[in-house]
Amino acid sequence: MKSGSNLEKVFERGEFAVTAELGPPKGNDVEAVISKAKYLRGVADAVNVTDNQTAIVRMSSIATSKILVDLGLEPVMQMTCRDRNRIGIESDIFGASALGIKNCLCLSGDHQRFGNEIDSKNVYDLDSIQLLNVMKTIRDEGRLLGGEEVEGDVNMFIGAAANPFGDPFEMRVVRLAKKVKAGADFIQTQCIYDMDRFREWMKMARDRGLHERTHIMGGVMPLKSGGMARYMQKNVPGITIPDDMVKRMLAAPKGKGAAEGIKICIETIEQLKEIEGVDGVHIMALEWEHRVPEICEEAGLLPRPN
Amino acid sequence: MIIAEQKPMEEILEMLAPYKKILLAGCGACVTVCQAGGEKEVGVLASQIRLARKDAGNPIEVLEMTMTRQCEPEFMEEAEDAMKEVDAVLSIACGIGVQLMAKTFFDKPALPGLNTTFLGFPEEHGVFTERCAACGNCVLHLTGGICPIARCSKSLLNGPCGGSQDGKCEISPDVECAWQLIYDRLKALGQLENLENIIPPKKWITSRDGGPRKIVREDLRI
Repeated sequence: MKSGSNLEKVFERGEFAVTAELGPPKGNDVEAVISKAKYLRGVADAVNVTDNQTAIVRMSSIATSKILVDLGLEPVMQMTCRDRNRIGIESDIFGASALGIKNCLCLSGDHQRFGNEIDSKNVYDLDSIQLLNVMKTIRDEGRLLGGEEVEGDVNMFIGAAANPFGDPFEMRVVRLAKKVKAGADFIQTQCIYDMDRFREWMKMARDRGLHERTHIMGGVMPLKSGGMARYMQKNVPGITIPDDMVKRMLAAPKGKGAAEGIKICIETIEQLKEIEGVDGVHIMALEWEHRVPEICEEAGLLPRPN
Repeated sequence: MIIAEQKPMEEILEMLAPYKKILLAGCGACVTVCQAGGEKEVGVLASQIRLARKDAGNPIEVLEMTMTRQCEPEFMEEAEDAMKEVDAVLSIACGIGVQLMAKTFFDKPALPGLNTTFLGFPEEHGVFTERCAACGNCVLHLTGGICPIARCSKSLLNGPCGGSQDGKCEISPDVECAWQLIYDRLKALGQLENLENIIPPKKWITSRDGGPRKIVREDLRI
């Protein structure tokens, strides 16, 4: 075992893993974290804690993750390259491990242009692939990037994101291969709405044997309404939603859009379970943490293994 | 070349408020080419300043000069006589020119009339884009002659982030994705295999991050 995390154990046992996302509050409200977390207990094998997602300032992922540890939930601490240099990153890896955090997801991070501190300096001392390798080197070789020895064992299960829907498409499997080579033990993908493109990407991944070297989790996000589907299709870079799906969401009767979105999400999970090389699902409910239990229930993901 | 653009008139007038006689000094190099601080811009800006101050009932005398190159000490003597007459110099060279004026004419304020914006070239008439971040450790041979440090919004070295779509960067549909450009160019060159290699973390010590930079060329020293 690399980290001994619950998520790693689920993969080791060959079970279809479930992770769900929890967005920290825009302040220091611990109760807000606790109330979201209660929906995910026994529903997800590990809970992703976002790191100032879309560059909106929120409670730090490391602190929020520690709150989850204290509640007996297992966090996947997200870490972006946007806000800290390699000194800050390596120091936070030590700190996270010391606090009992055993999974970390390495991300580039959304540009601060999207957020609420648009005048900030962006760091990007490292990129996400370099970050993966820094974390792996600390864990496996006990060395910092700068070469100095690390005291103690920093056992982290290392994750990366992959976006099969970004461009150029041919580069997407190359990025995946580089992330696996750099140290990604598991992969969580961007939200899947375009199943044809996802299948094509997975085939390219299998052709390179990548599914045998890492654990790929398909990302899903329930659409909340036809309007949201249409907005995301047009305005969110890196997400593709087929026209048919937008039409289906728009056709839902008034007040039934959310139910339709959840239905689509469940269907997507059912399909993911059947794809060779997909080892789990990552549910990004976007302030809908309370709906994750019904998604997991309906998709036949419960009960979770202990 | 160095691309710059004129500061807002309001800011320029505010800087000039304490002075009655100034030298407006342009530069014949980069800022002439990008039409921010050449002879033509010196003439126009001088008139605007005089007019604005006259309207405000607080006239100012503006001497005009476009120096050969404000970034080289040997051309500083061009401004020597004029500098004796004025309270301050408003330089519409890049920040390097302003600083050399400040250093040379130590007892007179040197004020920046431009914002020095980036190193780039004109993409089409009137459109300038950034090309080089002067990071001190060039990687263009690995990236198809397109700089990811200057042109990727996140300076990523190992390919496009998840926000690249239809050739555009996630920050704006007006910004091209550098990694799409790199991909297209490497494809055209038959060098796509370059993209399979992991480029290790950059040694930013050669960039501004290592502190102010200096080159000493013993072979050139007298």
